[in-house]
Amino acid sequence: MTLTQILIFAGLGLLAGRLYRWLDRAWLLFAASVLAAFWLQPASFVRNLPYLLPLASLGLAALVWALTLPRRWNRQDAWAAGGLTALVLLVSASRFVEPLSALSPARPPGLELAAGGLALLAAAAVLAYRLGRGQAAWLNSGVLLLIGLLVALKSPPLAQATSAWLRGLGGQDPALASTLDLGWLGFSYIAFRLIHVLRDRLAGRLGEVGLRDFITYIVFFPALTAGPIERVERFVPQLQPGFVLDSAGLLAAGRRLLSGLVMKFVLADGLAFFALNPVNAWQVSQPLWMWLLLSAYALRIFFDFAGYTSIAIGLGQLFGVTLPENFTQPYRKPNLTQFWNSWHITLAQWFRAYFFNPFTRWLRGRGAPVWLVVLLGQLSTMGLIGLWHGITWNFLAWGLWHGLGLFAHNQWAQFAKARPLPLEPRLASGLGWLATLVFVALGWVWFALPQPADAAHVFGVLAGVGR
Amino acid sequence: MSTPASPLRIVLKAALLFVLVNLLFAAFDPMPALGKLSLYNGLLPGRERLPYGDDPGRAYNLSLYSLKAMFASHQLHGTPKAANEYRVLLIGDSSVWGYLLENKDTLTSALNAAGLQAADGRRAVFYNLGHPTISLSKDLLILDYAMHYQPDLVIWPLTLEAFPLSKQVSSPLLQHNPQRAGALILNYDLPLDPADSAFVRQDAWGASLLGQRRNLADLLRLQLYGVLWAATGVDVHIPEQVERHAIDLEADERYGEFLPPELPETALALDVLAAGIQRAGETPVLLINEPMFVSRGANSDIRYNSFYPRWAYDQYRQWLQAEAERQAWHYADLWQAVDNDQFTNTPIHLTPAGTQQLAQQIATALAELFDLEKK
Repeated sequence: MTLTQILIFAGLGLLAGRLYRWLDRAWLLFAASVLAAFWLQPASFVRNLPYLLPLASLGLAALVWALTLPRRWNRQDAWAAGGLTALVLLVSASRFVEPLSALSPARPPGLELAAGGLALLAAAAVLAYRLGRGQAAWLNSGVLLLIGLLVALKSPPLAQATSAWLRGLGGQDPALASTLDLGWLGFSYIAFRLIHVLRDRLAGRLGEVGLRDFITYIVFFPALTAGPIERVERFVPQLQPGFVLDSAGLLAAGRRLLSGLVMKFVLADGLAFFALNPVNAWQVSQPLWMWLLLSAYALRIFFDFAGYTSIAIGLGQLFGVTLPENFTQPYRKPNLTQFWNSWHITLAQWFRAYFFNPFTRWLRGRGAPVWLVVLLGQLSTMGLIGLWHGITWNFLAWGLWHGLGLFAHNQWAQFAKARPLPLEPRLASGLGWLATLVFVALGWVWFALPQPADAAHVFGVLAGVGR
Repeated sequence: MSTPASPLRIVLKAALLFVLVNLLFAAFDPMPALGKLSLYNGLLPGRERLPYGDDPGRAYNLSLYSLKAMFASHQLHGTPKAANEYRVLLIGDSSVWGYLLENKDTLTSALNAAGLQAADGRRAVFYNLGHPTISLSKDLLILDYAMHYQPDLVIWPLTLEAFPLSKQVSSPLLQHNPQRAGALILNYDLPLDPADSAFVRQDAWGASLLGQRRNLADLLRLQLYGVLWAATGVDVHIPEQVERHAIDLEADERYGEFLPPELPETALALDVLAAGIQRAGETPVLLINEPMFVSRGANSDIRYNSFYPRWAYDQYRQWLQAEAERQAWHYADLWQAVDNDQFTNTPIHLTPAGTQQLAQQIATALAELFDLEKK
């Protein structure tokens, strides 16, 4: 989100309080979120993609809703489907109205393509509703489809091939394909929300959610760009009528928004000037300077991400939706386990619920020793968290680094519990904090540098043995 | 019981506060004071040349208009003149600044490496105050500011391109310092118009916080880029592939708006040159006619290079030589001091080896004219 977009959303939040007299808040958020999905989508060189990707997000949401609905569809769902169709066509029609064309980053396609795409998605949703609703095979297929899409987007060779294919479909030169073509706004978060819903439906834990609220949940505009990954049963009840933005609420939202803006646009963007990157990694030869660049990167990535989360939470509060915290002072934690309980909390919770817990249960069920369960559980979970950022070796290395760190901390905690160290608790905590901070900072080397040679060089300079 | 917030009141209060802050900013004009605030020469080492950057993200350097900030970031600002220092300032265009050259390869670095010493035993220390736009008036602006740093000698490399009156106010640095430029025009009675529309005048809006946001951002970016400058020593981005200057030339006899056979003397800013020497006062100024590429390709009988037709450049050299003799200026004509294969993207930008050749010639001139000898 740009500063202008954030300010426009904040302005809408202020005005919305007046609109609730005439317009239901849930409908307003539904319409705003659908339009924002198109508006926030980055531009792409692939023809019509900036329109088709948000349309696909909405289509996937409708499809998953149809698969997971525990009841028959009702009148409100029909209104929501009609509203969704109208809004999608409105964005397409905006190509004819100059001021409205800003709803999409590129000139939207003609109505025939929009209508065709809608018809296809509607047919898929109806098919899913009639044939697959609530059925395990269909729900599992939905999970596989979403994982497949994530892999295609996050794996550079697959993303390149997908881009080439899409270019070919649109009559463009496939040779010009780039992995940057497929900037599908918020898909990592959308996919994980949808998988959460599918998995909860499979487990029989999913409550009843109408199409309107479901779509809003999936593409809720404050959380579309950078999360957090909210749970549906926590989100949807907040759309009930009765919310009034009072002075205290406004103050809280304003503070949150302001702190997010400062974190993102002042601190993170300022630190970006001298944070570690693949170019300056080779230009620095002094260990102290390299540590400074690495520290700047560590702070930058925190302020960037936590800043966006704070902005999302602040904007959400303006509209009466309290989004979950994603960062709770992670760099002040005395050990790695606590760090991961306070860094990208909703992602870690998602993996804990849908991968770590079932996987370690499965391992225990097969009689694996505890230490092996912990090791395999941490390595695989953190490896997947790494790959969620991108299917490249460096993100995998970053994940495994943390997996090993978590395992080591687990073993150390067991050891120290049995044989307490003769250290002042504050000193022990301070040493733990320092060790955690250094470990996490070193881990960012993997994250920041895509090439193994770059990372090896930086580790060498940090240790004082490099060039 | 909670009360609904009033968006109208909030917006009005915010607008009022915003206007007030902008008015206060415009009234107190903190930009000059902010320009002096610098991390350089304190937390960070001073830069070896004035800030300038075509590609800030890769050069860790940027172009800005605040002379105060530019000088505050320069090592000259943080180096008190020692008793045994013979201070030499180099002003001029991009060839002095060192376009496409690392700091270690600039003319200033080559002269410092020569280890020159004054007759009284003071060590000659050279400072790079070149700035990559070609205009004598811009050089005068920098010289005027630099005189606060007590130079013992000023070296001022020149080329014809810096002389046409029509180009004097084309430098953005000059355009954005209209008060200083205007004062120089009036003080030295220069044939330039202080009310020239090229000068960027600041109205009330421009003086506000909102109007100054770009300049404020530049000040901040200059400090932030300083970290990587300090960490890497990089302050210029040199592309791997540089397009060489033209060797085969157009059969074009024009020089800018001038046609042969006469280059009207009144159209050249010799007065600005004289003003610079006057501004230096007791401090001697060594004028140098810069080396340039001399083509032997197509149409080289008409033009020396892509910059200059032969007739115009020959007249310029004659005039400069004559004027230097008439006014008893210190002058060295080094237009052919560098081998022809030592020029890079323009007929005046030099390779490191070319810069060394020029430095040797300048060192010879310094020895002859100012008794600066190698230790």
